[in-house]
Amino acid sequence: MDKTIATPAEAVAAIPDGASVMIGGFGGSGAPLELIKALVERFKETGSPKNLTVVNNNTGNGKVGLAAMIELGMVSKMICSFPRSADPRAFTEAYLAGEIELELVPQGTLAERIRAGGAGIPAFYTPTSFGTDLAEGKPVAEFDGRKYVQERWLKADYALVKAELGDPHGNLTYRKAARNFGPLMCTAAAQTIVQVSHLVDAGTIDPEVVVTPGIFVNTVVEVVNPAQEELLNRAEESWV
Amino acid sequence: MSIETKLTNAQIAWRAAQDIQDGAYVNLGIGFPEMVAKFQPEGRQAIFHTENGVLNFGEAPAAGTEDWDLINAGKKAVTLRPGAAFFHHADSFAMVRGGHLDVAILGAYQVAQSGDLANWSTGKGGVPAVGGAMDLVHGAKRVAVITDHVTKKGEPKLLKECTMPLTGVGCVTRVYTSLAVVDIEDGQFVLREKLPTVSMDDLQSVTDAELHIDGDIAELIVPEL
Repeated sequence: MDKTIATPAEAVAAIPDGASVMIGGFGGSGAPLELIKALVERFKETGSPKNLTVVNNNTGNGKVGLAAMIELGMVSKMICSFPRSADPRAFTEAYLAGEIELELVPQGTLAERIRAGGAGIPAFYTPTSFGTDLAEGKPVAEFDGRKYVQERWLKADYALVKAELGDPHGNLTYRKAARNFGPLMCTAAAQTIVQVSHLVDAGTIDPEVVVTPGIFVNTVVEVVNPAQEELLNRAEESWV
Repeated sequence: MSIETKLTNAQIAWRAAQDIQDGAYVNLGIGFPEMVAKFQPEGRQAIFHTENGVLNFGEAPAAGTEDWDLINAGKKAVTLRPGAAFFHHADSFAMVRGGHLDVAILGAYQVAQSGDLANWSTGKGGVPAVGGAMDLVHGAKRVAVITDHVTKKGEPKLLKECTMPLTGVGCVTRVYTSLAVVDIEDGQFVLREKLPTVSMDDLQSVTDAELHIDGDIAELIVPEL
């Protein structure tokens, strides 16, 4: 069993135009920046991939990472809970110009839709958003005297995730709050690509502490000393 | 009518903090509500939850020592206290939506006497963003709001009905304002405390919905902060 691949560029080489892509991270924490950068560089060289539907909690910050994908015009639709940041220009300008579609989802509903997608549960009911604009058009049902909104699962063609330790089987651990959406997205994509900060031999990660079992992972690429979005933005780096 | 004396945001946060019990699991909204953590009474220690997957985080680290994998929902760097835990987003919102949090304290644009809350969108265009607000209002055992009593233009924020897009229906149980502490019971605002310098008539004049009285009204007394 060996799911490893040598470089981020090879890991993301097959992602086609029009794909749906879940990207892990909450703001910069857990953002798989080297995988995103490989996608951005491919787009700059070849014009592909474009027309992507991206699932992320946010819409990027500054001119790196997901914000760079948006500013370069690679993304046609965002599914997210909070499309704002310290420097949200890339998304704001595209959205106000009508160049990008937005599906706004409450954060817990977003997480649960991804979880449901990975667990084979096509829909579920939640009190979240009942009676609000975000429940418009969705079925409502009453259980034990309380009203709930039906939400559907969310799946994707690809997931790009950052983890801390990974082995050739795809078993993963995460680092601190960088875990966030990562374990959920790994389960909900047809192809899950993970950048790990330390690639270790099978048997090195104690099975008791594995967070994502390798069955949910297709490709593992080691990126030692990964960049942090917050620090790139403070240095005013631009990938655009 | 203008009321000259009112509580600062820090003082409103202080008052809200007095109602948090030792050992309570608490989520504080981004921004002004985060101040509540600073004013826990001596001898009490709440456990703070952040949506992005940390229980029992603490103060911000010293500048230059931030770890950007360790942030709160406002994307600010935090530290851990002994007994902290990390978890993924579905577990985080199981804590929220499964009713495991004791208290959520949120900001507000408007609160209605029914307990309806509007705090995510002014409805005036721009880029809409909701985050975890719609989840928090339905999950915590107690949902409290901290807010100035009126808008910057002096318009009431405690209303018969919200006019802005709702975050949740019938979800708020207590409002701490710059002038008063008000409970929401059976579709009514019930006044519990008010600043001693503000008359009943003056308070009602800056409150759109009727303030009901049920028992004694305590004086809202808060230290200088």
